[in-house]
Amino acid sequence: MTSAVKHAMKPAMKRPLVTAASAPYWLLAPFLILFAVFGLFPLLFSLWLAFNHWEPTSGLAAMDWVGWGNFAFALQDEWFWKSLFNTLWLGVASAVPQHLIAIPLAVALNSMASRRRNVLVGIYFMPYITSTVAIAILFGSLFSTDYGLINAALGAIRSLPGLEWLLPAEAIDWLNDPDRLKPAIATVVFWRYVGFNVVLYLAALQTIPKDLYEAATMDGAGRWQQFRFITLPGLKAMLLFGVTLSIIGSMQLFEEPFILTNGRGGNDQAGMTSAVYLYRLAFDFNDFGAASAMSWLLFLLLGMATWATHRAFGKDKS
Amino acid sequence: MFSDATRRAALGMGFGMALGGASAQGAPQRLNVAAYPKLDAIVRAALPAWQARHPGVQVEVISREMNDHHTAMITALSTGSHLPDLMSLEVGYLGRFAQGRGLLDLRQAPLNGERLKSRFVPYTWSQAINKRGELLALPSDIGPGTLLYRNDLLLRAGLTEESLTRSWDDFIAAGRQIRARTGAALLAHARDMKDILIRTGVSGGDGLYFSADNKVLVSTPRFVRAFELARRVRREKLDAGVYNWSSDWTEGFRRGSIATQMLGAWLTGFLGSWLAPKTHGLWRAAQLPEGAFAAYGGSFYALPAKADPAKRALAWDLMQHLTLDRRLLLDAFQAHDIFPALVDTFDDPFFDQPLPFLGGQPARKLWREAARRIQPVAVHRQDAFADEVINTELDKVLTRGKDIPTALGDAERLLVRRANR
Repeated sequence: MTSAVKHAMKPAMKRPLVTAASAPYWLLAPFLILFAVFGLFPLLFSLWLAFNHWEPTSGLAAMDWVGWGNFAFALQDEWFWKSLFNTLWLGVASAVPQHLIAIPLAVALNSMASRRRNVLVGIYFMPYITSTVAIAILFGSLFSTDYGLINAALGAIRSLPGLEWLLPAEAIDWLNDPDRLKPAIATVVFWRYVGFNVVLYLAALQTIPKDLYEAATMDGAGRWQQFRFITLPGLKAMLLFGVTLSIIGSMQLFEEPFILTNGRGGNDQAGMTSAVYLYRLAFDFNDFGAASAMSWLLFLLLGMATWATHRAFGKDKS
Repeated sequence: MFSDATRRAALGMGFGMALGGASAQGAPQRLNVAAYPKLDAIVRAALPAWQARHPGVQVEVISREMNDHHTAMITALSTGSHLPDLMSLEVGYLGRFAQGRGLLDLRQAPLNGERLKSRFVPYTWSQAINKRGELLALPSDIGPGTLLYRNDLLLRAGLTEESLTRSWDDFIAAGRQIRARTGAALLAHARDMKDILIRTGVSGGDGLYFSADNKVLVSTPRFVRAFELARRVRREKLDAGVYNWSSDWTEGFRRGSIATQMLGAWLTGFLGSWLAPKTHGLWRAAQLPEGAFAAYGGSFYALPAKADPAKRALAWDLMQHLTLDRRLLLDAFQAHDIFPALVDTFDDPFFDQPLPFLGGQPARKLWREAARRIQPVAVHRQDAFADEVINTELDKVLTRGKDIPTALGDAERLLVRRANR
């Protein structure tokens, strides 16, 4: 080939912007850029904040390096431990019933005709996609002391013969009485997420081969034995997934307590979860540094809890 | 008048160049003002007159709900972007904002804001000054505390106004009689009693919860007495047990089951317009019991330090218009029951007019007197936290019988840890 031809071909041979090797990165770019801006940057910024004392109204330049000071403050802060206790309390009280109810519910739904099942699953799933504002209004009125449906229903139960000892005589102040607030919040969380778990377990149930049940029936296994030895082991992977999601969700519980207590966490901070406290510490009490430090402590805790769950459910050795 | 003359002189000397320079470029000037409800309406109402003096200047009023507004202002100040040229601030937030360096010190030349000191009610002026002595805002309105009471209930109980206001002991005794003869509660919540008592007798230079030298004050006799009287109110079943701004609170006013309420004078307007309009003519206003004077709320205007310096002169001029224009403030007082912080307004005959909602009582004279006598209380950046801690401990005293020294001791322990943060 002559040099003249080579020369003529050069512009056409110019390396294209997207090559086979770089194409994956180009395709990933939209996500990576968005993640960097809205995911990675806030993450690193909060890590930086955790080691600084910052008066936000002075601008970004006004940071004072305090080393581990914010972490030390957080660990000695009574409200931090109080909020952590609230978080654990609400986590257990809302997540355990979620799974205990969702599994049998999913089993029952699984045995139904698909049309009826789909309608019911849709209904159970509704709370999960309902807007929080609507939930706030709904439960605000349900929990109302004097005019709420829940107290009205309790009153009706109490008026049945032989049941008056079971319930208190006066109307329960669900949202202002610190002792009642936690159960009220746990109820809302349970109501909101039980349908989501039903969908998870239903999906897992449909992957369990039918012949296993047929074989078990032939061998004379009862319904409980089938549930115990076929269904539950079949759900194990999903159970791990569901419980992990519940742990993460519980540790980050924010919306429900926030809206039910007007963003304050309730009397005696009874409904103030760690996430609500973090928010309040930063935006109501102006301490962004300590709030960031606490969020990293929570992250560590969450990591440990997830690790413990995986350990508890055990790796499949077989 | 005097204010206009000063402003024009200042403009002529200090800002003439800035203004002249900007208009020479021919670009239309545009100011952004961030405000929360009621103040936004007042800013809008002020614009026609102000724009007549500044033709070609466009003003955009960005209005947000009170909490959202302040969160947005924190964000804007912290990042230095989307800063308004002029922002309104509620007194509770001003204390927090004032600790930082995001707001412009209005003492500096050519603003020389300190010369305006005598124009405002003394206590509110000192709220605008931070620990470093910087002047960070100009006050627009104040909330002199008042005791509103249901005159009809008082008459039925065979009491006079004096029996309510002579002393706190008499106030509680009157409550007992009101409860016995009319069934109404003396107060909405025992917490109201605590709120007013911790605001009275604050030593000069101290804040509500922290002293001038950052000592925690919640174990002082001021708090002990506030807690004791609140507990007495609860023990004698003299409060309705409903929190301010709850639906039961509103309902209590409408049904006449709450006989008195101590809050800012602005409550009168709220009662008349939406809380309980049908109780028209039944209420009266008095000074707080035992010669107490306290402030509830108030608004300010401030300039962000990092806002566009080219527009600073205009923003400062608008700010002065909003805080020093007698007519504008009196109109706002009339339309929105927003009590002006400008002393110049105090000689207006409007103060002597009867208030139909209060049965024709010329109550603004009372509030004017209160405004002059309220003592300044220093703000601390942990006030919001302290407020919550104290309310929590009071609730424990009221509902679980926790003893007062332990409750205040627990509160003190929490606050000591925060005092230096």
